[in-house]
This record gives sequence, structure tokens and C-alpha cells, in this order.
Amino acid sequence: MADPVLEIRELRKSFGALKATDGVNLDLVPGEIHALIGPNGAGKSTLIHLISGSLAPDHGTIRFLGKDMNGLNMAARARLGLARSFQTSSLAQEFSALRNVMLAIQARQGSSLRFFRPVMRDRSLIEPSMEMLEKVDLADRAHVPAAELSHGERRQLEIAIALALGPKAFLLDEPMAGMGPEGTRSLTEFLDGLRKEAPILLVEHDMDAVFALADRISVLVYGRVIASGKVDEIRNHPEVRRAYLGESQ
Amino acid sequence: MRPALSREATVNAVLALLLLAIPLAASAAGQTFYVTLATRIALLALAAVGLNIALGLGGLVSFGHAAFFGLGGYAAGIMATHAFNSEPLLFGLEASTSMPVIWLVAALACGVAALPIGAVSLRTTGVYFIMITLAFAQMIYYFAISWPAYGGEDGLPIYVRNSFPGINTATPLSYFLLCYGMLILGLVLFRFLRDSRFGAALQAARQNATRLSAVGIAPFQIRLVAFVISAMITGVAGALLADLNRFVSPSMLSWHMSGELIVLIILGGKGRLFGPVAGAMLYVLFEYALGSYTERWQLFLGLILLGVVLFARGGLLGLIAGRERHG
Amino acid sequence: MSTALLIEQLLNGLQLGVMLFLMAAGLTLIFGVMGLINLAHGSLYMVGAFACATVAAATGSFWIGLAASLAAAALAGAIVEILVIRRLYERDHLDQVLATFALILIFSEGTRWLFGSFPLYLDIPPLLQGAVPLPGGGQYQLYRLAIIGVGVVVAVGLYLMIARTRLGMRIRAGESDREMIAALGIDISTLYTVVFALGAGMAGLAGALVGALQSVQVGMGEPVLILAFVVIVIGGIGSIKGALFGAILVGVVDTMGRFLLPQALLFMLPPSQAALVGGALASMLIYIVMALILAFRPRGLFAAHS
Repeated sequence: MADPVLEIRELRKSFGALKATDGVNLDLVPGEIHALIGPNGAGKSTLIHLISGSLAPDHGTIRFLGKDMNGLNMAARARLGLARSFQTSSLAQEFSALRNVMLAIQARQGSSLRFFRPVMRDRSLIEPSMEMLEKVDLADRAHVPAAELSHGERRQLEIAIALALGPKAFLLDEPMAGMGPEGTRSLTEFLDGLRKEAPILLVEHDMDAVFALADRISVLVYGRVIASGKVDEIRNHPEVRRAYLGESQ
Repeated sequence: MRPALSREATVNAVLALLLLAIPLAASAAGQTFYVTLATRIALLALAAVGLNIALGLGGLVSFGHAAFFGLGGYAAGIMATHAFNSEPLLFGLEASTSMPVIWLVAALACGVAALPIGAVSLRTTGVYFIMITLAFAQMIYYFAISWPAYGGEDGLPIYVRNSFPGINTATPLSYFLLCYGMLILGLVLFRFLRDSRFGAALQAARQNATRLSAVGIAPFQIRLVAFVISAMITGVAGALLADLNRFVSPSMLSWHMSGELIVLIILGGKGRLFGPVAGAMLYVLFEYALGSYTERWQLFLGLILLGVVLFARGGLLGLIAGRERHG
Repeated sequence: MSTALLIEQLLNGLQLGVMLFLMAAGLTLIFGVMGLINLAHGSLYMVGAFACATVAAATGSFWIGLAASLAAAALAGAIVEILVIRRLYERDHLDQVLATFALILIFSEGTRWLFGSFPLYLDIPPLLQGAVPLPGGGQYQLYRLAIIGVGVVVAVGLYLMIARTRLGMRIRAGESDREMIAALGIDISTLYTVVFALGAGMAGLAGALVGALQSVQVGMGEPVLILAFVVIVIGGIGSIKGALFGAILVGVVDTMGRFLLPQALLFMLPPSQAALVGGALASMLIYIVMALILAFRPRGLFAAHS
């Protein structure tokens, strides 16, 4: 196997007596979609927060491209190439879809301490941003404020922004949440192609999507990874069936 | 979408022309009082243009911008006093009565003050930020009161208005034109900032700081730079106002002044290019019109302000030009 | 510097702290329960002082005046809450700041209209006139000691009320979970009015108590309000314990700074300079302390909402 892009070792985080993350080990290697599943309250959100840098761990390391990310804030991790999408859409609501993507292109191009050239006349921002919107089929909605987009369109926009960062890894937190069957189907197809650009750590509740997409699956229960392996191994893992799949069937 | 934009542009042009035409006419008719009134409007507007960068674009409710307004005023006062008495400043530097030098000093002093104040305050958000900026401004206010060298509580007179090369600053109309020019310059700067990459990041920080972080831009740095620029512009306005009044006192540093600057922006329209101009015109007109009927005009100002906050949240420009749109 | 003088200054600091606590407790309670920043809290302090001075002058009794101050400030608080404040709970902090700033203008000019621009005076009641001896010689004003006593009683009372009573239970529920109080079938708008009136009453009490030490005039609440803001920022907004700790800290640091700094600087500077620099530095001291605390704990020492 190639060197992992993302390498998590012995990660721990407690809130009072609650061990939200309890000694997690996890890898993400180039070209794969690694799905992270688990029942509600298993600590998936906490783990995403720890990786993206909005929470600091009590113990353990997260290495990204071989670099220890301990002490780096969310912005610094994003600059290293870690693109994150949010469970509930997180956009600049007043800005149009285009301007939301332009923000990512602007960040990728370097310092934002540029005070004079108007962004709306800057083709080096607008053109690549439109390209990203086209990739997610949102080009015709480019000038609509994010607040006025439909739920599904906002999810598409989140993906476009993540793409615009030209990342080394994607961290996608329930990208299918709240999408209809049609949207889920097309997004599944889209993510399938996305793994060629960069590996994806995918947190998802939609089991059909997970089984269709994932190269590997890790199962998180009570803050611990109770099983990790190929799709079929997980499907038939007795402990997983008992702890997780058993609940939903 | 397009009509709302061009309508706002029309309103802006009308406001700019009104503010220029009225003092010109008043001066021709020999009514210098109105020229001074218009100068006051221009300077309050310029101070609020500065604050509008932090508050309107960045959503940073600084309740301490009087600190920078007053610091700018004291920069003008202290320079004038030293020059008048032929005393050197710190480190044997000559004091200057040339306004461009004074503005530079005012802007630098405010920048140097805003950097640590912003660095501490911006570690917090929301209500903490409001109270901390207020507290820092009070600190400077109390310092000005308890430090007697520059007049303490009584303030500092400027015996001769400072000079500007090629302009006779002593005549009301030419001083107005100078201040008006500075206001236009401030507005141009605001517009460039707003539309630039920096402005995009700053406005995104207001709308959704997590989103900004997630694309790799740290909101803290962007906000700090905005806070410093904002303070510098307000400081230059303070220097100009001190020269208009030929007087600077701790009241320019008081928290009422900070409140007034916020009020100007809200009356006019938060985050809008001409919001501060519309707000300053309204405010000074209220003060003047109500003040001529009753000495209790602040009571009515309070009622009007309460009405605006509760029922007309977009301010004057929001009422006339509708909601603002971003490309 | 004698021990007695030092004790006297410490007590002065404690007295200032206690008074700040009466202000800060209300501010922080209102923020904790309703999420509202109330600039007009200083106006309620002023209302209390004016009510006390007026009623005391009319009846000849400070004590009736003191009761009137509580009642007037609580009533003014309740009216303002019903007319204005409750429209602000769902608004952002900027709107709250502006609306309550407008209330200050209305209160100040309204009071000036009713009472004129001249300050009123309030005498210390005969029962509390005089002084008590301090250990190490010297004397201390009985009235100031009484203020400290009132502060202790209010702090204990507030603690018992929040910890033990039904109202306190509702306030705690309101701080942690607004939906829960609705689910418990508590009339939330009445609860908010009561909490606001309670905070207002404490502010009015503080105004009346201090009114006998200073003059009663328009604008008297504003410096106190800003100190109270410093207090709750240091203590952690929403925390009563933080308000108590912050109030005592600010009171003692401010008073001792003004007393000790000029003397300490005598070791470095000539006397006239020492007084000047010391005085200026002392006036900035609590803000410097606040900045230092925030540099390490941005949400204050006893952050309620982390």
C-alpha cells in the first residue's frame, strides 16, 4: 500500500466523563474512499472536528502528508490541502454561489491581503470558479445568493468549494444528508470519480452509498474503532452486525 | 438585482452632490454657519466610514472607536501646541502644523494603538468584543483625563488652525472643501477595500467565519487588519474635527462618542458605501432641527433611534434603495 | 504608610467591589438567562438614586427612600422590559446595544427634564452616621461598612434564591435550556420580566446606597456601568460567581492601585512625577488587568457558556 495521506494514531478526546474519541487509529491512502460509519453518538462528529482542527485532542497525533498537524488551526490545515465539507451546509449566506467558490480559489492563490483589484473583475478568480460550478452542475445558479439555493444545491456548492481548494484529501461529513434519492444517486456517481483527484474520508449514514463507494470501512462505536476492513469483511463482521447493523435492521 | 444597484448609485450621487451644493450655496449667501455644519457632517461621516469597515463589512461591533477618533484629535492638538510653543516633541522631533504630516501621525498613532487593542479584543467575539473594545476606549479616556500635560479634563485648545499647502484652512468654505475631499477619498478607499480580495475575506468572516477557515483563510488576521485600517481612518477624521473645532477634549474619547459613531452607521445603513454619509446628515440635521425646538433633543433622538432599531433595520439607504446584493 | 491606612483602603476597595457586584450580578443574570446586553443598566442605577433622594427628602426617612429605590428601579425595569427589551431577545447584539443606548438617552434626558440639571443630595441616615475604630488605630465610616454588609446579604440571598427556590430553578433552567422551560410549562415571558426587574432592583439599590456617598445626578450610572462590564468580562459573562469574584477584584485593584502606585513610584521618580504617573497608571490599571486575564482566558475566569 502507498504511504498514507492521513495518519491518525491513538487519538483521544474527552468531554468530562464522556470519552468521545477513545484511542482511534485510522489511515487514508491515495486513491481510496475510506468510509467512517457508526450509530448516532459514536463520536464521528468529534473525530471530524479533531481532524479538521476545530477541536484539539487530549492525546494522540494526526499526521497529514507526513506532517504533524498538532497545534495547527483549521485555516492552516486547509492550506495544507485538507478540504472539508460540513454536515449542515456552512456557506457565506449573502454571497452568491460563485463568490463562495471564488473565496476558495482566492485562498488557494495565496494571501488575501490584497486591497485594490475588484474580485468581480478578476478573471483569474472567476474562470476557475465557474469551472468548479460546472463540474457540480451548478453553473446556471452561479449568481444566486447561497441563502436562496435549495438544500441539494447547497450540498453541491459545498463540494464545489472543496474541489476548488485542489486538496490532497477530502473530509466529507454526511454529504448525502437530506438529499432525495435522485440527488443521492448522482452525488454517489460524482464521488466515485472524485477519488481519482484525492482520497476521501467519508462519514455517511446512507448505507447504500457507503457500500457502493467505499474501498474500506471503519466502524466507530462509543469513540472506538471496533472494526476496520474491506466492505465484505465489515458486512459480515459479527461484532459490527451486533453493535451497529443489528440496530438498524 | 440590477435596478437595486443602480438605484443605490443614484441615491449616493444625490447625497454627495447635496453635501457639496448646500455649503457652496450657503457660503455664497454669507451663511457660514451652514458651512461649518456641513463640515461637521463630512467629518462625522468620514469617522463612520472608518468604523463601517470594521462594523459594516467585518461585523465587528467596536464600541470603542471614540478612542481612535480622540487619539487623532489629540495628535492634531498636541502637534499644534508644541509648534505654537516651539517645543520639540519626543526625541527632539520638530512638531509640524502641516495637516498632511498631522494626518500621518494621527493615522500611525491609531494604527499602533489599534494593533494591541485589536489583538486582545479579537480573541473574543460577540458581546465580549463589544464590552472589551468599550473598556479599552475607557482606559484611554481616563488616561487623557488624568494626564495634565495636555489639558487633562479641560481639553486642549488649538490656537491657530493647522495648515494645508496651497489652501487657506482658516476660511470656512476652503476648510469644508478640504474635509469633503478627504471624505470622498475615504469613500473611494472603502469601495476598493469592499470589492477587493481582502474585502471578500472580511465579509465572509462576518457571514460565516468557519467557512472562511475551512477554505484556509484565518479570520483573525483578516479582522485584525480591518480593525487597524478602520481605526486609522477614524483617527484622521478626528484630527480634522479637532482642527474644525480648534479644540480637542476627552469628550471626543468618551463612550457616548463611540455610541454616536455606531448610531450614524445604523441610521444610514450598515455596510453600505454611503451609509455613514446618510447617517451623519440625518444625525446632524436631527441635532440641529430638534435642538432649535428643545434643549431636550437627545430624548427625541433616543426615541427615533429606538424606532429605527425596532422597525427600520436597513437604515435610510435600506428604505430608499432596498436590500444590498453581492455579485 | 500605616496599617490602619492600608486597612481603610482595603475596606474602600471592598465597598466599591460590593457595589459593583450589585450592578454586575443583574447584568450577568440578564445576559445568562435572556442573552441580552443591557447598556441601560446604569440608568436603572440612576433611577434608584433619584427615587431614594426624592422620597427621603419628602418623608424625611432614608429607609423609606431605600425601599422606594428598589421598587422604582424594579418597576422601571419591568416597564422597559415589557415595552422594549422583549423585542430584542431574538435580535443580534448590535441591535441590543443600539436600542439600550437609545434608552440611556431617553432616561438621562427624561430625568433631567423631571429633576433639572442640578444634583440632589442624600444624607447618610442617623443610625449609620459615625465611625468605628480600626485595629492599628484610625477609624472607618460606619455607613461604608454597612454597604459591605448589604452586599454580603444580597450575595448570600441571591445564592440561596438561585440554589433553593422555585424561581431560582427556573432561572437555572433558562440559562441551560430555553426549550426545557417551555416544556416545563413555565410562562417564559413572565420569567424574563421578573429576572429583568430583579436585576433592575439590585442596580437601583446600588444607586441609592452610593447616592448618600456622592451626589445624585444624571449620568452617575455610566462610569459604574462600564466598571460593571469590566467585572463581568473578567468573571465570565453569565456567571454570578464570576461577577462576585470580578467585582471584588476590580474594586480592590482599582482602589489599591490609586493608593499604592504613586507611593511605589516614589522609589523611581521625583515626588511630583510619581503622583502624576502613578495617578495616570492607576486609572488604567483595571483595564490592563482585564486585558491580561483575557489574553489567557478569552471567556473570563468562570466562563458559563464554553
